[in-house]
Amino acid sequence: MTTAALSAGELAAVRADFPLLGRTLRAGRPLVYLDSAATSQKPEVVIDAELEFYTQRNAAVHRGAHQLAEEATEAYEQARDEVATLVGAATGEIVWTSGATAGLNLLAYAMSNASAGRGGQAARALALGPGDEVVVTEAEHHANLVPWQELCARTGATLRWIGVGDDGRLQLEQLADVVGARTKVVAVSHVSNVTGAVTDVPAVVAVARSVGALVVLDACQSVPHLPVDLPSLGVDAAAFSGHKMLGPTGVGALWARRELLEAMPPVTTGGSMVEVVTMESATYAPPPQKFEAGTQMVAQAVGMGAAARYLRELGMPAVAEHEAALTRALLDVVSRVPGVRVIGPTDPADRLAVVSFVVDGVHAHDVGQVLDDQGVAVRVGHHCAQPLHRRFGVAATARASASVYTTLADVEAFGEALATVRPFFGLGGAA
Amino acid sequence: MSSAMEQLYQQLILDHAKHPHGKGLAGPGTGESHQVNPTCGDEVTLRVHLDDGTLDAVSWDGQGCSISQASLSVMAELVEGKQVEQVEQLGETFRALMRARGAGLSEDLEDELGDATAFTGVAQYPARIKCALLGWAALRDALAQAGVATKGEQG
Repeated sequence: MTTAALSAGELAAVRADFPLLGRTLRAGRPLVYLDSAATSQKPEVVIDAELEFYTQRNAAVHRGAHQLAEEATEAYEQARDEVATLVGAATGEIVWTSGATAGLNLLAYAMSNASAGRGGQAARALALGPGDEVVVTEAEHHANLVPWQELCARTGATLRWIGVGDDGRLQLEQLADVVGARTKVVAVSHVSNVTGAVTDVPAVVAVARSVGALVVLDACQSVPHLPVDLPSLGVDAAAFSGHKMLGPTGVGALWARRELLEAMPPVTTGGSMVEVVTMESATYAPPPQKFEAGTQMVAQAVGMGAAARYLRELGMPAVAEHEAALTRALLDVVSRVPGVRVIGPTDPADRLAVVSFVVDGVHAHDVGQVLDDQGVAVRVGHHCAQPLHRRFGVAATARASASVYTTLADVEAFGEALATVRPFFGLGGAA
Repeated sequence: MSSAMEQLYQQLILDHAKHPHGKGLAGPGTGESHQVNPTCGDEVTLRVHLDDGTLDAVSWDGQGCSISQASLSVMAELVEGKQVEQVEQLGETFRALMRARGAGLSEDLEDELGDATAFTGVAQYPARIKCALLGWAALRDALAQAGVATKGEQG
């Protein structure tokens, strides 16, 4: 691995790995893709891994003793190993899910089942009831908010949260007041999908540890962009999705410490997750299989494994350094366009290349339309974070986000297109 | 800018977005509807002010993109003073325009829609059709809430 950013030649080689980046849009315009926080593009090795699985190895995994079944199982488990290696985890601590949303729901429903008395003695520490508390933040994506609201509604526990400052960073100092003896879970995102701010995870862990609460991390926006070693962050569980880290849709991973996975009651039940089934009851396979009922998204898992390997071979420190340059460039071009305000930190330290902004006098949807007309793809809307937008008094923002294949030229093209937005709507260049 | 963009953001649309007609809720109204577009967070509260089968006025408040705001404004102007059945027919015609992928409708139907034909270009952008329909959805629901709708939920 290298700690240097990608050279121009390396970046050109990376871009050549992504077939979609070569296509053109309406009127033959080149594509400037700045919506990687919504979903990333896929390198050929990922597409080929799925194709190769279907054309050469397709069979039911963990069942049957024929050669194809063995090869399919091996590909599936090797992919788990690749994903585990990327995030510093033990292979047996990675549970395949359909995505990060499913992973976070799995955790919440396991606690719900524990609260209903399932899982026996081992799961009692995971049970919640009236008086217990779950702590989240105002910056969360709905996927790391609504499952906890629902868990509280089912168990009688109380949802509490810390706020976000005007600079777009979490007000971690509020944790001291909000986290207490009855806090069972603290759920935070590693990197906000709106502000791009990186959470000081060890600070969260320190407060949660002091009261014995579990720490759950939404790592969707960090794993594709930073070197992440989940066990050494000190958290208990983390969820991330395949499609944001250059992998396929329909697959994601939940990582949790082995003892937590063992204590969690199963959530989705059925075939493949059991040991002995009688007409009255069943005993369950050890994790991770305990959480993988039914036929899994095997080809997508194999694709996600290929994505993890691709990122690891590029070297996450190099990826992070390349994207740090993009962060600075994005903040710089946005600051140069009159009438544009960033929702999130304007200091590039401890923030990633996800830049949300409002254009004075122009609705985000209209901003996106003008950018799209010039081939620049950004996200518009609330980015599944309505409370955070409400906090800043806006219904919607436009968001430019980068990935490893994004170039400084992409950022420049975005800046030029952004400068045309206010004039197009008859507003002055100045705010 | 491309010609599709000029078709989308016609001057009439930009003018209505800047100076919307019917904006600001008036009186209690005969029926009311609150609609949101969950993909972008746009929302509107709309009231119908009816007098014996005639829609005296539509008043509304909300926030959203220029397409949704202009569409509300044009709609409020268009339906004022019309019979409920005429209003419903206009709604059907506007929805047909949104399904026309930018090709427009027959001359007769376009005559009925008047300024609302300025939204023809919106139908070329599937993601924006919902913006143009937000107000019309609120109008249809408000008429139902007022108990005067003659047609069921459709298209």
